[in-house]
Formats: sequence, structure tokens, C-alpha cells
Amino acid sequence: MDNLVFDTAHLLAGGLVLMSFVLLYQDRLYALLNIFALHAAILTLAVAWQAWFQHEPHLFVTAAIALGFKAIAIPLALRRIVARLGIHREVETVIGIGSTMLAGMALVALSMVVMLRVTAGAAPIAREDLAFALAVVLLGLLMMVTRRNAVSQIVGFMSMENGLVLAATGAKGMPLVVEISVAFSILIAFIVIGVFLFRIRERFDTVDIRALDRFRGERR
Amino acid sequence: MAVIQPLIGQAAQMLLVLGLAPLLTGIVRKTKARLLRRRGASVIQPYRDLARLLRKDAVLAENASWLYRTAPYLIFAATWVAAALVPTFATGLMFSWSADLIAIIAFLGTARFFLALAGMDVGTSFGGIGASREALIGSLAEPAMMMIVFTVALIAGSTQLSTVAAFMASPAVGLRVSLGLALVALVIVALAENARIPVDNPATHLELTMVHEAMVLEYSGRHLAVIELAASLKLLLYVSLIACLFAPWGFAPAGGGLAADALGILAYLAKLAAGGALLGLFETSIAKMRVFRVPEFLGAALMLGLLAALLRFVSRSL
Amino acid sequence: MGVVLGLYCSGTLLLAAIAAVPLGRARLGSIAVYAACLAVSLVALINALAALLGLAPASDAVLPIGLPWLGAHFRLDPLAAFFLIVVDLGGAAASLFALGYGRHEPAPRRVLPFYAAFLAGMNLTVLADDAFSFLLSWEFMSLTSWALVMAHHRERDNARAGYVYLVMASFGTLALLLAFGLLAGPAGAYGFDAIRAAHPGETAVALVLILALLGAGSKAGLVPLHVWLPLAHPAAPSHVSALMSGVMTKVAIYGFVRIAFDLLGAPGWWAGMTVLVLGGITAVMGVLYALMEHDLKRLLAYHTVENIGIIFIGLGLSLAFRADGMILAAALALTAALFHVLNHSLFKSLLFLGSGAVLAATGERNMDRLGGLIRRMPRTAFAFLIGCVAISALPPLNGFVSEWLTFQAILLSPDLAQWGLRIASVSVGALLALSAALAAACFVKAYGISFLGRPRSESAARAREVDAWSTGTMILLAALCLLAGILPGFVIDALAPLARPLVGANLPAQSAMSWLTIVPIAASRSSYNGLLVFLFIASSGGLAAFAIHRLASRTLRRAPPWDCGFPEPSPFAQYSSVSFAQPIRRVFGSVVFRAREAVTMPAPGDARPALLAVTLRDPAWDAIVAPVARAVGFAAERMNYLQFLTIRRYLSLVFAALVAILLILAIWQ
Repeated sequence: MDNLVFDTAHLLAGGLVLMSFVLLYQDRLYALLNIFALHAAILTLAVAWQAWFQHEPHLFVTAAIALGFKAIAIPLALRRIVARLGIHREVETVIGIGSTMLAGMALVALSMVVMLRVTAGAAPIAREDLAFALAVVLLGLLMMVTRRNAVSQIVGFMSMENGLVLAATGAKGMPLVVEISVAFSILIAFIVIGVFLFRIRERFDTVDIRALDRFRGERR
Repeated sequence: MAVIQPLIGQAAQMLLVLGLAPLLTGIVRKTKARLLRRRGASVIQPYRDLARLLRKDAVLAENASWLYRTAPYLIFAATWVAAALVPTFATGLMFSWSADLIAIIAFLGTARFFLALAGMDVGTSFGGIGASREALIGSLAEPAMMMIVFTVALIAGSTQLSTVAAFMASPAVGLRVSLGLALVALVIVALAENARIPVDNPATHLELTMVHEAMVLEYSGRHLAVIELAASLKLLLYVSLIACLFAPWGFAPAGGGLAADALGILAYLAKLAAGGALLGLFETSIAKMRVFRVPEFLGAALMLGLLAALLRFVSRSL
Repeated sequence: MGVVLGLYCSGTLLLAAIAAVPLGRARLGSIAVYAACLAVSLVALINALAALLGLAPASDAVLPIGLPWLGAHFRLDPLAAFFLIVVDLGGAAASLFALGYGRHEPAPRRVLPFYAAFLAGMNLTVLADDAFSFLLSWEFMSLTSWALVMAHHRERDNARAGYVYLVMASFGTLALLLAFGLLAGPAGAYGFDAIRAAHPGETAVALVLILALLGAGSKAGLVPLHVWLPLAHPAAPSHVSALMSGVMTKVAIYGFVRIAFDLLGAPGWWAGMTVLVLGGITAVMGVLYALMEHDLKRLLAYHTVENIGIIFIGLGLSLAFRADGMILAAALALTAALFHVLNHSLFKSLLFLGSGAVLAATGERNMDRLGGLIRRMPRTAFAFLIGCVAISALPPLNGFVSEWLTFQAILLSPDLAQWGLRIASVSVGALLALSAALAAACFVKAYGISFLGRPRSESAARAREVDAWSTGTMILLAALCLLAGILPGFVIDALAPLARPLVGANLPAQSAMSWLTIVPIAASRSSYNGLLVFLFIASSGGLAAFAIHRLASRTLRRAPPWDCGFPEPSPFAQYSSVSFAQPIRRVFGSVVFRAREAVTMPAPGDARPALLAVTLRDPAWDAIVAPVARAVGFAAERMNYLQFLTIRRYLSLVFAALVAILLILAIWQ
């Protein structure tokens, strides 16, 4: 029984890392959004599983928030934004996809070495959750760094937040209030960024963030 | 007498893979045809093709060297030996210890090496295209495959396929992320290695994206037959390998008697049919990639394999 | 017997070197010198074999030369015996080849004396048993090989190659000198026995290991210290290139093994980690360099870098395992590395000799002017093919066995105690697999462009098979590659007496296994049977051919190539080495070498040809060598003005230095 609990938690957390890699691999916007929805759906499952075997019912609420907002609402909204803005449907990368994935591998290895060493005394299930969560966070950051397109930067940001939620639930849950407020702040952030996107678009006729740099007079 | 029986088992395996390989190709083609709402040729058409090619004269380019004439047999032999060492219907065959999974991959490497050389022998530009691209695909697919081997070997504690299959069938395996990743990577590698869509198209000629067909363009008659058979064997090998690692059920144990063997063969046939149908389904539902997307596709397999091997460290044995 | 005979052999080689000065003028002089080298190498080879197989006990000798209170110590233990086998086998093969090849030499007097002396230097380096004679022989080996690189000094690039080589060799010797200085300690104990007995502190161990890596690594061609190697190795005459690439790099490996495993005691796990990661990077970088190359000899030289990387991967793993007390795994990794040392010396010598044969037959080193040689030079082509298969680590030849053993060692790494080390060894495993696959691509290119296809130049179309000595040597080496590949158990057993003193364990005896299978750890874990596999492939291929010819069709018609109906008669329509490597260049080169392609397409009606230019930058050269060279140049510029001082100033400088030293002494005490 314990094995099954561990294996499933492991499988779901590992699936989240895998989805982060798929996000890095994608070079089409719509596919990116679909994968992001899947990312959030796996997070929902992972959180729900934790809630079930930790007997912490409030984690089910977290799971529901993840499902409702991140897996359904935000991807749908982003799809509409992409459609309305008529954004060029390919993701522009700063460095090649192969190199990005290689860097991602290094980040995963790094987070494993760090987390497994730091949490030597903790329960195995929490240890590996933390290691995976850190990996997801770092991969999300990597995605934000290596993408030029504002939409994919949002996706990177959201996937990073998913990593944080995973870490929080693995470590015996966080208070419900914090969780709800984090979820709403994400939503607000999303709305702000969404409005922002329309503004950039109006002003510069592109969502390539290089335009912003130019506007600020920075050298690329 | 103690030697004769395992020897027969081993010989049966060798003949079985040889006999079933064209059938698997036939099943894939039939599935694809039916999915496209064509009737398609019969599943035994590949046998007829082979027989026809064998009867025909071999036409050789004027400047073809001895390497060009020997290469088909070498490719065939290396692939056949590799395919005969993967457990199909029974584990613990007589010579299964003579090469492990790493060696089986390396045999396929030998076959690829000679195929690429044969493509370059006549000195045509198509042969060069094929060989050069095959070299690229091979140089990414092989390390990806090796990472899959690492993952499996680190989990099962062995690179010996019989032992691995036995371990995979035992309840000690459980659900593992690394195995899932390895399976995805293995499917990608198998598609690339067997020149299937989306990497290469087995059904075309005269298309600038072809790889395998470009290398064997100059071959004809019996040489072509041998190479085609080797290609079918390779497909069979990969399907058997996936089945042996990820669907390790229904193997006849060593010395299990005729009834167990018969059951094992039935299970194996079912697995082959399922594998062929799935491949056909996959091929019809996906588009061919540009050649320069292929490195990213295979690079993803390599990364997945590496990730799987790394994840092996965080699973269970903490 | 033993070390005395070895010393006699080296002495005879030195005498031959002196005799070669007058003999170089004589008509049959070069034959006499090469025959002498061959005979001496064979005697030394048998002597070393006897020592390794335990027929003669380990022996030592002291010569009353060198430092007066020390003498020169020599010793023939199993480690030295194994490397002596590599040296003398390579030496014998190169000499045998040169019996025929030497005739093409325009200036034999520039080659012969240094050739014999070079062989003597390598022998003495391996035999040396104290720091002084080791360094002396090492430097002797470096200088004689430098003279051989400069044999054709009038060719454009060779002078630069020689200069870079000399600088790097001096740097390497300096590093080794410092390493031995630290090992000897304040007491100045230069004998290897005394060094072994001493136990240096942790800092000293770290420093010595780094210095040994710099010294031996620069000679072996470890990235980023490899920059001289692809310049210098191809510049020498081909049989000397074979010696430098196949054998001298192995002497460098010997130096590293001697210091890191034997003299240094037990460095911590970080040492293994460093060597392992450097080895992994070296392996991939080496083969990528080789793939970008279109000069056959430079391709081979770059590929040596890759193999050195593979050997260092094995050595690093072994150090790591030993530091964690897993001595059986350490023995496995060490055996794999040393097996690869032997293998590489066999197939790299074979391939360099083959490139020499091609050079002699066509006068071309540029692959894009070769092609179709398999029809003009069938025996060379056959032997070269075997070498290519072996170096690409394909079964059933020998290169595969040592890589297989290395993989098996990597698969034991999860039992290591350090997380970083585990992850590093799996990642290095990926690098090793990548480099093995790229090596196969590289040799498909080398063989396919040079030997297959249609001739791309007049000289390639008129090539004639080389003499019997040369082809015989190559076929002999090819046979050895096959033997080591199908009977690896015997080689592993021969390495057992060597592994035991270095890591404390050896692999179980392999020749006792049933069917000559090799089973490094346990039968349930992994096993490989080269002989059976070879028989399987040979018999199933032969059976298929026989059955088809017998039962189906055997008629054969010749016709023009089909090529989809549009055959192009010009041989330049074939793939060239540059176009063959293009996909790989696009995938790896743009990141690693910052490869850029520039196409100049003339306007319609313009008769000039279109031009494709590929530029590659060497990251090691750009990042390390060039800045260091600039810094040295800058410092030299500044120091230059010291040359124009007055006598009084010079005197005051000397005076100030003296006072400063005295002050330091006063404060220190």
C-alpha cells in the first residue's frame, strides 16, 4: 500500500517535470497552451492524491482551484487573447530548443542534488516532491528567460507557480488562506498581464518583448 | 540430450523472428491502408515481394565494389543475430547470455554502419544524402537508446534481457516515472531507427526527405530482398523489445515444455499484432517532419532518456 | 631477463640512432635502421609479455648515471610491462610498415636517427623508477618526437605545428616537474619507492593531481590542452604519426596512471569526478572536431583526442570507485581503460598507417580529392575498413569490448556515496554513448569519402596499391584487432596482475568461463561473448548468401548507376566530406564551434562559380590558448625594456633580489 502511495505521488510529480519539458520543447502557441492546461491538470491530480493520503481535506480545495483556474480558465482566456491579437503562432526562442533542453537537464540534476542533500532527514515522499518541485520552478524560470514571446513568458510564469504549489502540498500542506490568496494573486497577475498584452500590442504591433527593450532605449 | 533441447529452442527463436518479420510489415501496411479507407494489399504481400525480388537478376552499378555486394549479407546477419537475442516467446534461451542489451544496440549500429557505407559506394548524390542523414539520425538515436538501456539496467540491476524481462514481470517494479519516460523515448527511437513517419517515410521514393530509401536506391534483386528483410527484422526487433520491457507477460519459462512454448508464441503473436496496429494508427495520424526538425525530436528522446536515468536516483531507493 | 633486457633494448635503439646518422646517406640505410628497430622492438615486446604474464618476476636495476647520489633506477613491474607491450607493439608495427614506406621519404637523414631515439625514449620513460630518469626520458621522448614533426619543415604549416608542440611539451614537462617536486617532498626523495612510502597532505595531493592532469593530459591531448595534437601528429611522416598518436599518447596515460594510482596514495572522490568530467568533455569534443575535418590525417589525430577522453572516463571512474572503497568496480573501470589503451594503440596505428599508404599512393591527404580507392587499393581498403569498424566501437571487434566494459562500470555508479558523482557518471555515460555514435558517423565519412564512391582527382584515379610490407603490417594489425575483439577474456586476465596492486582487486579470471564469455561482475548482470557473436554473424551471413545463391538467383548484371534516372557524370556531384558532415554541423557545430556558412551566389549570367564557405572557431583555442598567448606576449613586451638598462641598474636588481630572498628566509624561519 505504501509503495502504491509513493509510486503514484512519484509518478504525478515526475509527470509534472515531464510536462515542463514538453513546454520547453513546444514551438507552437496553441500547443503550448494545451500542454499548459495538461500541466495544471497533472498538478490537480498530484495535489488531490496528496490530499487523499495525507487526509487533509483542504488540499482538495487547492486541487479544485488548480483545476478551475489554471487548467481551464486561464488556458481558455489565453487562447482567446492569442486569437484576438492574431499573434504569430510560433514561439520565438532566444537560444535553440536543443540547448534549452540541455540546460533544463542540468537544472533538474542541480535541483535533485541540492534538495536531496538538504532534506536528508525528511520523509522520502516529501524529499522527492521538493526535488521535483524545485525542478519545475527552475524550468519555468528557464522558459521565461529563453522566450521572446510575452504569451509564452506568461505560461512560464504560471508553470513556475505550479511548482510552488507542488512544493507546498508536499510539505504537509499550507494554510488554506495562503493558498487561496496565492491563487487570486495569480489571477490578478494574469488579468494585469492580459491587459498589458493588449496595450503592448496596440502600441507596438507585436508582443515580442524586444519591442519593449527598444522602447526603453536599451541595447539588446 | 541436455544440450539438444535448448538448442532447438534457440533455433526456433531464430526461425520464428525470420518468418514473422515480413508479416509484421504486412500488418502495418494493411492497418494503414484500412485507416485510409483503402483495401490495401494482403498481409502476406511482403512475402510475395521478397520471393519476387529473390528470383530476379541483381543489377549492379558498373563501379560497385565488393563491399557493396557483401554489405547486404552483413547487415542482414547483424540484424538477425540481434533480433534472435531479444526474448520473444521464451526467456532464458540457450545463447541469450552471449550478448546483452548494449551489445544488441551495437549490432544494430554495425548494420547501420555498413548500410551507410553501401549507400556511398556507387558515388551517387542520393546515396550520399541518405548516408549523411542516417549518420545524423544514428548519432542521436543511439545515445538515446543507451540512456534507455541505462534506465532499465539501473532498475533491474542487469543489462541481460532475460533477467530484465523476468524482473519487469515481477511485482517489484511498481509504477515508475523513469520507466514511463523510457517508454516514450524508446518509441521515439524506434520510429527513427525504423525510418517510419514522422522521421522518414517508408513508402516513398523520389522525395528529398527520404533517408533509408535513398541509401538503398541502387540495390536490386536479391541484394534488395536481403536488405528489405533486414529492415523488417529490425522493426520486429524493436516491437519485441518494447513488448519484452513493457509488456513482459506470457513468456514461456526456460525448459517449460511444449505447451508453455505454444502459449508463449500465441502471446507473442498477439503482442506483434497489437504493436503493428498501433504503429499503423500512429503513422496515419501524424505528419512527416522536416529533416531539420528530426534532431530536436531525437534530442527530446535523448533528454527523456537522460531524465529517466537521473530520476532513477530519486525513486524508491532513497 | 626483465628490466636488464629492456635496458639493453633501449641502449641498442640509441646506438641505432647514432649509427643512422651516417647510414642515412647509404642506399639501403633506412632499411637497415628500420629492420634493426623492428628486431629490437620484437625482443622488447617478448620481454615485456613475459614480465606481464608472470613468467619473469618484477625486476629492477640501477645505472650509475644521472644524479650522482641517486643513480638511475629502472623497474619492470606489471604496469610498466603492459605499457611496454603497447609501446613495442606499436614500434614493431611502425618499423615493419616503414620497411616499405620509408622508401618514399625524401630526406631520410631527418627521420632515421630521431625515429630510433624516439622509440628508445618511450621505452625508457615506461621503465624509469625514479622521478629524475622519468622526467629525463619524458623530455627526451618529447624532443625527439618534435624533431620528427619538423622532419618536413619546409611545408607551410609544419613549422607552426612544431612551434606549438614545443611550447605545449615544455609546459607539460614543467607541470610534471612541479608534480614530482611536490611528491618528493622537502627531503628530495626522488625514487618511486620513497615517494610511495611518503604520505603527502591533502593540499599536496590535490596539487599533484592537478599538475599530473596538466602534464600528462597535455601530452595525451586532454581538452582543452589538445590544441597542439592535431597540428603536430599529422605533420610527421605517417609511420611516426602512428607512433605519436597510437603510442606516445599512451605513454602519457602511463604517466598519469603511475602518478595518480601508484605514487599518490588515495586521492579523494573529487579527483575521480574531475577526471571523469574532463574525460567526458574530451570524448565528445574530440569526435566533433574530427567530424568537421576534411584532412584524413588530421581527422585521425582529432579522433585520438576522443579516445583519450574514453580512457580518462575509465580512469576517473576507477579513481572514484577506489575512493569509495568499491574496489571490484574500480578494477572493472581500470581494466576497461587499460583495455582501451591497448585497443586504441592497435587501431589508431592501423588507421594512421593506412592514411600513410593513401598518402604514398596518391600524394593526397585531403579527403575531398580522394575517392574510389577501394577498387585501386583493395588490401589497404580492407585493412582500413577493419580499423574503422574497430574504432567505431562496433561488435565483434575490439573497440566495442572496452566501451562495453566502461558502460558496465558506469552502471555500477548508483552505489557510489556522493550524489554529485552519481549524476556526473550517468551524464558522462550519455556523453560516452554520444561520442561512440558520432565516432561511427565520423568513420562512415572518413571511409565513405576516401575509399568509396568515384575518384575526385586524377591522382586518386591513378592510385596504385602500396608494397607488401605496408599492406602486410596493416593486415596484421587488423587481425590483432579482431583477435582482441573475439577473445577479450585473455586480455582482461593479462590485466589482472596490474589492477591488483593499483586498486586492490582484480576481475575474476575470464578465460575459465564457459565458452570464453566475459562476465565482469555476475552472469545475471551482464555478459558478452565476442567469439560466439562473431561466429553467429559470420555463419548467418554466410548461410544467407549460400542459400540465396543456391536456391534463388545468382545472376548478376552490370549497368550504369540508376540514381533516380538522373546520374551526374562529374565526380564532384558526389557528397564531399564537408557536405556529409553538414547535418551534424548544423546540429552540434553551431553551438560548439560557432559554425557559420556563407553562400556567395553570383548573379545570373556571371560565370564565376558559387561559393560555400564554412567557418569554424575552436572554443578551446579561443577561450584558453589565445588569451594565455596574449598575456604572455603582453608580459614579454613589458619585460622587453629590462634588456636596455645600465649595468648599475642590473646590479641593483640582482642585489635587491638577493636581499629579498634573505628577508623572506629570515621571516619564514
